[in-house]
Amino acid sequence: MVEIRIHGRGGQGSVTAAELVASAAFYDGQYSQGFPNFGVERRGAPVTAFVRIDDKFIRLRSQVYEPDYLIIQDPGLLENVDVFEGVKKEAVALINSEKPASEFKAPKGLKIKTIPATKLALKIIGQPIINTILLGAFAGLTGLIKLASVERAIKERFGDEEIIRKNIEAAKRGFELVKK
Amino acid sequence: MLKILEGSRAIAETINACKPGVISAYPITPQTHIVEELAKMKADGEAGYEYIRAESEFAAASIVLGSLATGIRSYTATSSQGLLLMTEVIYNIAGMRLPLVMTCANRAVSAPINIWNDQQDAVTMRDSGWLLWFGETNQEVCDLHILAYKIAEKLQLPVMVNLDGFILTHVVEPVAVETTEKIKKFLPAYQPTEILDVNNPLTLGAFATPTHYFEIREELHDDIVASKAVMKKEMADFKKIFSRDLALVEYYGDKKAETVLVAMGSVLGTIKDAVDEIQENNKTKKQKNKIGVLKIVSLRPWPEEEILTALKDAKNIAVIDKSISLGTEGILATEIKRTIGDSKNITSFIVGLGGRDVTKEMIKHIYKLADKNQEKAVFVSK
Repeated sequence: MVEIRIHGRGGQGSVTAAELVASAAFYDGQYSQGFPNFGVERRGAPVTAFVRIDDKFIRLRSQVYEPDYLIIQDPGLLENVDVFEGVKKEAVALINSEKPASEFKAPKGLKIKTIPATKLALKIIGQPIINTILLGAFAGLTGLIKLASVERAIKERFGDEEIIRKNIEAAKRGFELVKK
Repeated sequence: MLKILEGSRAIAETINACKPGVISAYPITPQTHIVEELAKMKADGEAGYEYIRAESEFAAASIVLGSLATGIRSYTATSSQGLLLMTEVIYNIAGMRLPLVMTCANRAVSAPINIWNDQQDAVTMRDSGWLLWFGETNQEVCDLHILAYKIAEKLQLPVMVNLDGFILTHVVEPVAVETTEKIKKFLPAYQPTEILDVNNPLTLGAFATPTHYFEIREELHDDIVASKAVMKKEMADFKKIFSRDLALVEYYGDKKAETVLVAMGSVLGTIKDAVDEIQENNKTKKQKNKIGVLKIVSLRPWPEEEILTALKDAKNIAVIDKSISLGTEGILATEIKRTIGDSKNITSFIVGLGGRDVTKEMIKHIYKLADKNQEKAVFVSK
C-alpha cells in the first residue's frame, strides 16, 4: 500500500486534490481511498488530506502518519507546520515553489522536486489554482497514476467545460515539466 | 457498477434509487453532504421525491412522521445534536410503528462542542424502539439502507443506519451504487396498511391507558426480538440479487481464537489490518496465541445467539467502544457482558471519542491489555 499526504491551505483545493488522486488511481484499475484531515475548514488555515492506493480494498481508516509521498501546495507552510513529520525513508516530496529543491531542509533520504505551480496556474488558469498542475506533475514524477486517468478524474469532477479544459491543460503542463 | 465517489454521495444516490416520496432534513455536520446531494438531485430534476426544508431537526423528524402516517416512503438524516433534538419524535415514530429509514452520520455530542466522529449520538437512542445498524464501509452502509427499507416496511419498525461521520461520509472510495431497476427486484413499492386518510378517518398514536399501554410496549419489544429472523432471511435474499453479503455479525480471523476484539463501525477496518499484523508477528515469534474479530452490525435487534456462538471459544474479549455510559463502561461492552456472563474475561476499551484518531498501534496496545482482567473501562487515547 502506498500512502500520500497533501499539505495546503484552506481554499487551495487540497481535499479536491486527494479526491482526484484517489479517482485517477481507481481509473487505473487500483483500489484507493481519499479523505481530508477533518477540521473546521477556513480559507487560509493549514489543511491536510490523505490518499491510499493498493491492489485490494483499503480497510485502514486512520490518518496517514508515515507517508511515502508528500504534495506540498504552499511552501510557506514549512515555516509553521512540520510537513516532513513521519515521512518514510526514500519518500518523495513534490513542492509548489520557484526555489530549487536544494534550498529546502529535508530529512535524509527524502527526494524533493519543486515546480512553480502558482506561476503556471496564473498563466494557464488565470487564478492561483494549483492542484491540477501539481497532480499532473505528481503523475509524471512518480508514475503512480496515469496522466490519462488524472484527465478523466478532472472531467468527472468538474461540470463546466471551460474549467475542465483549463485544468486538463494545467495537469498536462505539470506532467511535461517533470518529465523534461 | 463500481464507482469512486464520496460516501455521502453514494448514500444519496442509493436513497434516490429507493424512490422515497418525501425527504425532509435539516443540515448538520457531518451529515450535510448527504442531504445537500439529495436536495441537488431534486433541484436538477433527477429525483421524484418532495424535498421539504425544515427549520430544525425536530421539525424534519415531525415532517417525515407525518408523511409516513399518510403512507409515503420517507427519509431523513442527521447527526449528534440534531438527533438529540429529534428525540421526542424518534420515540413517537417507533411507538406509532412508522417505517422510517434514517441515516445517522455519527458524531460526538456537546458539550464541549465537537463536530468529529464517535458513536455517542446513536447509542443514546438504544432504547427508543428503533432498529440500529452500523456499517463498516460505504458499500455496507449503502446496502444496509436498501435492506432497511425492506425490513422497516415489512415489520413496521423504523431503522437507523449509522456510519462514522467524516471517516465514512467524507471519504472517496469505491462503491457499487445500485440502480432503481435492481433495487425494485428486492424492494417492492411500499404498501401501508393503516394510513391517515380524510376519506377514512382514523387516529394514529392515540392515547393508551394502563389497560393497553403495557401490552403495546410488550408487542413492540417482541417484534424487535423477532425482527432478527426476518433480517436473516432478507439478507439471504439480498445476496441472491446483489451478490454481496450482509450479516447481523461478522467474524474475522482465527475461528479458535483465545482473544477476540469486538466493535461496531468503520474502526473494524483498522482492527482487521492490525489483527493481521499481530497474527503475522505471533507466527514469526512462534507464539501460538490466536486472535479474532467480531463485528457487530446490528445493535438492535441484538444478535444474542450469533454472539454466543462466535465467542464460545474465546477466553479474553476486548470490546472496543466509541461511546460510553458515563460512570460505567462502553455501551457495546455492557451488552456483551450481559450476553456472555461472568465465564470469560471481558474488558471495555474506550477509543475515538470526539474524533480522536484510532490507529493500528492503539489496537495492538488493546490486544496486549486484553488478558489483564480489568474491571473498569480502559481509555485508550493514543
